[in-house]
Amino acid sequence: MDSHHRGSVPFLEAAGASSSFLDFVTASNPALLPFGRSLPAGQMPETPHGTTIVALTFAGGVLMAGDRRATMGSMIANRHIEKVFPADRYSVLGIAGTAGIAIDIVRLFQVELEHYEKIEGTQLSLEGKANRLGAMIRANLPMALQGLSVVPLFAGVEAGGSSGRLFSYDVTGGRYAELEHHSVGSGSVFARGALKKLWRPDMDRDSAVAVAVEALVDASDDDSATGGPDLVRKLWPSVYVVTDDGATRVSAEALAPVVQAIMDRRTAEGREA
Amino acid sequence: MAQQFYVSPEQIMKDRADFARKGIARGRSVVVLSYAEGIALVAENPSPTLHKIGEIYDRIGFAAVGKYNEFESLRQAGVRYADVRGYSYDRADVTARGLASVYAQSLGAVFTAEQKPFEVELAVAEVGPTQAQDHIFRLTFDGSIADEPGFLGMGGEAEVVQQRLADSWRPGAGLALALSWAVDALRAPRANSAQGEEAEPLGPANLEVAVLERTVREVRGLHRAFRRLPGSDVGQILNSSGKA
Repeated sequence: MDSHHRGSVPFLEAAGASSSFLDFVTASNPALLPFGRSLPAGQMPETPHGTTIVALTFAGGVLMAGDRRATMGSMIANRHIEKVFPADRYSVLGIAGTAGIAIDIVRLFQVELEHYEKIEGTQLSLEGKANRLGAMIRANLPMALQGLSVVPLFAGVEAGGSSGRLFSYDVTGGRYAELEHHSVGSGSVFARGALKKLWRPDMDRDSAVAVAVEALVDASDDDSATGGPDLVRKLWPSVYVVTDDGATRVSAEALAPVVQAIMDRRTAEGREA
Repeated sequence: MAQQFYVSPEQIMKDRADFARKGIARGRSVVVLSYAEGIALVAENPSPTLHKIGEIYDRIGFAAVGKYNEFESLRQAGVRYADVRGYSYDRADVTARGLASVYAQSLGAVFTAEQKPFEVELAVAEVGPTQAQDHIFRLTFDGSIADEPGFLGMGGEAEVVQQRLADSWRPGAGLALALSWAVDALRAPRANSAQGEEAEPLGPANLEVAVLERTVREVRGLHRAFRRLPGSDVGQILNSSGKA
């Protein structure tokens, strides 16, 4: 893989070049990138797809949560998949769409941010990070036209700040700042409806976690591609919280009572629809 | 056409080596030493922004002496090498040994083939699960590579610094003790040269200190072990060991 390093002096060739890992790899070793390949004509077999991601702001930060299901047509491809990731210390991203490409884009994005930080000695601004992610999604456009689209959701706080911000994307790399809350993926319509009714300004962290989980429960109720909390296997959504302290994962022990409370309430109310 | 004088290859190499040595000896020293909870990288550096110490990867740090533009381009090349490797294989597959051997090749090639050799000396340090598994590599301007046992001093009057470290360093020390050894070693050349006259003080403001923390994954839940210590923390730690 690193044949271009072997000539020892070429190892230094790119010195002083861009601070972007994406630019460096595009120039030196494009085969490593998840996108940028021209696919031959043909029928694409079914591939795993990631589904619903929700994100919302609360007092002091922002939260992102995703269900744990990947589907392949009408099959469940994976019930443990992680679709929300920490991008760096102050931001997280969630992905919906073709899982294979999306997970590699996440890895690439994580390295991109860390690489910039190490080369420059300082973090990118939140807008800067959001723009880099947009550039990657745009680079994936040729693959999206073949049906391998990836749609991320990005959230974070500016280092040293405490108000969370959300960014959504389209397949062309278009980047849109979202207010209050947003969701992407197949169950996003239902999750969004739930968020509209449950979200309140200046919620604290714990109620934000409960709202996100309930939105995912609603999405899984109506969308077959979204997995609900699995009480048998003790599988809860992956939930990340970003505050000025950094991005942290909400533990399974903390999520279990939240899920249980939602289930108990719905059972007690005896709701049908 | 002017007469070409014959210069023996031995003489060419010696001239180049002398040139590089002179450049490196002009600067201030840097010390890298392993201690119980990690590896400390300590440099005498009045600038808070032009770093001599840097992060390469999860458990790998970098320290350099000599010309800033030269070691900075080597540092950036090292970050690129490590990030490409970690991205294409796995984070666990980036090792100090691999990085050091690529540095050695680059330095060696520049030493023999280019107009002038690099006037730098590098240290590549990797913190291991135990102190016995720490690695500190020394890379000199001609591409020589050495695996140092536990500590290393380079730049300026390197022999004096190295000797002072060799006298004091023991495995199993805490951070405060290790830092006091490092500062002692960095001060050693002044004590020798400035007999009688007042030596310029070496306080926390002139120190650049970073650590590679051994248990960063278990304690902080992070994969990046490199952490810079701000001047105020360094002052506190040195005070606590009576070496302010």
